[in-house]
Amino acid sequence: MSLSEEIITISMCVIATLITRFLPFVLFSEKNKTPKFIQYLGKALPAAIFALLIVYCLKNVDITSGSYGIPEAAAVFVVTVLHLWKRKILLSMAGGTFCYMLLVQLVF
Amino acid sequence: MDKKGSFSSAFRAAFPHTIPVMTGYLFLGISYGIYMKVSGFSFLYPMFMAITIFGGSLEFLAVSLLMSTFAPLQTFLMALVIQARHLFYGLAMLEKYKNTGLKKLYLIFALTDETFSVNCSAPVPEGLDKGKFYFAVSLLDQCYWVSGATIGGILGSFIPFNTEGLDFVMTAMFVVIFIEQWLKEKKHYTAFIGVLSSVLCLLLFGADSFIIPSMVCIFTMLTLFRKPIEKAGGLE
Repeated sequence: MSLSEEIITISMCVIATLITRFLPFVLFSEKNKTPKFIQYLGKALPAAIFALLIVYCLKNVDITSGSYGIPEAAAVFVVTVLHLWKRKILLSMAGGTFCYMLLVQLVF
Repeated sequence: MDKKGSFSSAFRAAFPHTIPVMTGYLFLGISYGIYMKVSGFSFLYPMFMAITIFGGSLEFLAVSLLMSTFAPLQTFLMALVIQARHLFYGLAMLEKYKNTGLKKLYLIFALTDETFSVNCSAPVPEGLDKGKFYFAVSLLDQCYWVSGATIGGILGSFIPFNTEGLDFVMTAMFVVIFIEQWLKEKKHYTAFIGVLSSVLCLLLFGADSFIIPSMVCIFTMLTLFRKPIEKAGGLE
């Protein structure tokens, strides 16, 4: 990617972010009430979106060859167990990442 | 002299509420900066993106976007999809950010997941202008994030150990947020819809083009099953 292509790519991220942050304040003036369907989407979307993002992160994992996705599976498991146990966001993230790094660097 | 309504008292009142965010943003920001650095970018990239985008998940994903083929439309759509949840933070803050004058522009620009949760839950101290308090929280949070990203971007090249696998920190972050979301809900219909849609679309459309079909699929299913989902309750 050339520098101008990089600038366009980053600009796309900036513009999209600005749209998502400003749109509600532009659409719904300070007087009007938020439509029920919008309120519903606001509550229903987050869980689905984070599921999608996890799948996106793991999209290139090949479970038929190489390390068979074992490091990824093990690290996600560590994150989940740590988080359900201590419920400390930073600890869960650090633990899972450390475990993943150990596995890909030393074992696989 | 320090008046109660001044900016310095707003920052003093806001700081304690931002300490958890400070820890998280410095750790994540540094990881993000290192990630960009080891991916071959100068520290100016994470610093500039932390200032202009100010959205962790998208900035992490932008690294892989910058390293793949140039595809501005797909980048724009993906960014919209990833940032779509901000629409709903905005909806929730419509009331609180009312009558905050010009500061409102920055408040809206800087509305991240973390800033949203602080400004949504922390009580504005009595006698303090709410606009100044929210502004202080938002600006402190962005300072943590920009500092972290810049430090990481500079340190990246001096890291004396093998950083292979460090990028997993992004996956770990999404897994943690997903679990938090899961624990908040009584029924998990929406989480299942998310997992099923994206896994199915990944198998059908392949790794490079499954995001948009997944979003369409999620949106359609949430619309179709609105009644049962709302009936089950448990949505925050």
